[in-house]
Amino acid sequence: MPLETNTILICAGGACISAGEESVKDVLERKIKEYNLQDNIKIVETGCMGACSLGPIMVIHPEGVYYQKLTPEAAEKIVEEHLLKGRIVEEYLYQGDKGKIVPQPQKEIPFFSRQVKIATRNVGIIDPLNIDEYIARDGYFALHKALKEMKPEEVIQVVKDSGLRGRGGAGFPTGLKWEFARKSPGDEKYMICNADEGDPGAFMDRSILEGDPHTIIEAMTIAGYAIGATKGFVYLRAEYPIAIERLTVALNQAREYGFLGENILGTDFSFDIEIRIGAGAFVCGEETALMHSIEGKRGQPRVKPPFPAQKGLWGKPSNINNVETLACVPPIIYHGANWFRQWGTEKSPGTKVFALAGKVKNTGLVEVPMGITLRELIYEIGGGSPTGKKIKAVQTGGPSGGVIPEEYFDTPVDYESLQKLGAIVGSGGLIVLDEDDCMVDVAKFFLEFTVDESCGKCTPCREGTKKMYEILDKITKGEGTEEDIEILENLGNVIKDSSLCGLGQTAPNPVLSTLRYYKDEYLAHVREKKCPASKCKALISYVIDPEKCVGCTACARVCPSSCISGEVRKVHEIDQSACVKCGSCIEVCRFGAISKVTPAIE
Amino acid sequence: MGKIKSLEELMKIKEDTLKKVKMREEGKRGKITVAMGTCGIAAGAKDTLNAIVETLNELNIDDISVVQSGCMGLCEVEPTIKVEINGEVPITYGHVNPENARRIIKSHIVAGELVGDLIVKKGEE
Repeated sequence: MPLETNTILICAGGACISAGEESVKDVLERKIKEYNLQDNIKIVETGCMGACSLGPIMVIHPEGVYYQKLTPEAAEKIVEEHLLKGRIVEEYLYQGDKGKIVPQPQKEIPFFSRQVKIATRNVGIIDPLNIDEYIARDGYFALHKALKEMKPEEVIQVVKDSGLRGRGGAGFPTGLKWEFARKSPGDEKYMICNADEGDPGAFMDRSILEGDPHTIIEAMTIAGYAIGATKGFVYLRAEYPIAIERLTVALNQAREYGFLGENILGTDFSFDIEIRIGAGAFVCGEETALMHSIEGKRGQPRVKPPFPAQKGLWGKPSNINNVETLACVPPIIYHGANWFRQWGTEKSPGTKVFALAGKVKNTGLVEVPMGITLRELIYEIGGGSPTGKKIKAVQTGGPSGGVIPEEYFDTPVDYESLQKLGAIVGSGGLIVLDEDDCMVDVAKFFLEFTVDESCGKCTPCREGTKKMYEILDKITKGEGTEEDIEILENLGNVIKDSSLCGLGQTAPNPVLSTLRYYKDEYLAHVREKKCPASKCKALISYVIDPEKCVGCTACARVCPSSCISGEVRKVHEIDQSACVKCGSCIEVCRFGAISKVTPAIE
Repeated sequence: MGKIKSLEELMKIKEDTLKKVKMREEGKRGKITVAMGTCGIAAGAKDTLNAIVETLNELNIDDISVVQSGCMGLCEVEPTIKVEINGEVPITYGHVNPENARRIIKSHIVAGELVGDLIVKKGEE
């Protein structure tokens, strides 16, 4: 066995891969070969480590040095300096506030220290393709405990006592769901994992599947035992090829070790899991549509009841849980219900993974105890605004959620509190909005998504969301009337009440919640043709301040429509009739001479 | 690896893997014990010890601790050193002059290849 002097954990989560992780890894490998160190240095690709805004990231053990924002050049330097000579390369270390350089930040940075990792406990720490590393972190011990020391009813009781609720967003008590499926008569039952993560901006399920696929296998097998299922399905979208690949490898390893298949762990319980690949329609995350899709039919929802627990896949009793919900199950079984209740609140125990996005410094995935306040999440963990502009609101729960204004930031994050404010926990997407974000535009963005994703089965959702989108579009163009705002509200409430499934029932939420808190912005668009955030193109104009313009010609050179005229060292001017409002000029002006005004200059 | 059926088998995998991970996290991969009995010192163990420490520093190896011990009882082949890498059989080398010490570090510690011609003992007493 060769000796390993260093182990490099490189983050191969989706965000780091798109930030160039693969090219960094290639350079590392090449350089390590060049210096003949390949037998001493092990490179492990882990799942998402969470600090996506700093990607690509790697941690070099045994020192535990944390490098961020890597490039191929950085990789070269780190091999030559750090691995060969043991000198830490400071320029790629995490820089805390005030430029303080922290060589081992995971214990010191609030982004890491405030987190409690249960669902993502192994993500970014173990090699997802190595079952032994999962076992080393107490993997499959819960399965052993459940199968050999507990009756199915006891397993369900522990999950019920833990208070675990559906992390897909709706928050239904998981133990109760299992009990329904257990008590439903039938000799053939199915256990389904809903990995059809579709909310724009939420990617915690993908990160768990890519970074710790075995936890899903273990949890599904425990759930299968608890409800009496014979077969499991993971419904995974085709857009997640890495997750599919790693889960496939993990399934094979689990079969080899006897954690899946006939007579698991030598007991008389037999269970196996298949992956079913979905085409990535948002509606297929709705449980009845998901089951239709697995059956090979068109993914459309049906009326409930009967619920899946009574009549599910192929008419048999079925139980469906989200990825993150399942990832919490093995530790709950292993440590007990009270262990899980250490965190969170009475009604929402445990932790929740949030995907921080938008106008916040540390974008990425964080797992925090439920009941943390939005302010702590955004400012302490998220690091506040990257630009210093005022944070205005936060949008939670994606296209089904709503906005929460700054004055409510001391609200604890749990299912009920957010619902009271007209938002939801949902899948855990958190989009931070600042003064540059127009609320009408935000609502329009989400409506555009739901219009696209509506399956078309029921009229209120198919026609209603389209109509709402058209009205919003009119308002952002400055052609809306006050009557339109009333229609939006009425329409929204009707769609909520009359849609068949969760997609339609929640689609108006982004509009209704922005109307609730930011009606003044809507009215400004309608009455004064102003966009308070200077975002809606039709309602703004770009102007040059003759006091500040020095005539450097930078703006005229980047203007795509050549609407800026002026001689060198003379004040420039924008021809409003030709301006396409792309904003290129503002970006290049070094003198702050260009600004946006609203309403638009005729 | 066959099918796992018992808690013991799970525990074994856990412990073995933890050992590997522990090395990754704690950083100490093992230790070199230099026999510094009178016989060893007379045979030049001090120079050997200095050579070991220098070479480890040169190669920036900081996960190997260097300790001294008394006579291992192999006076005739002094200086002797014992190389213990976690999870591997301890190896005792004899006739370790400074030059041989460098050889051992480069091939055993760095490349993982034993220095066959200097081995006097494998395993514990």
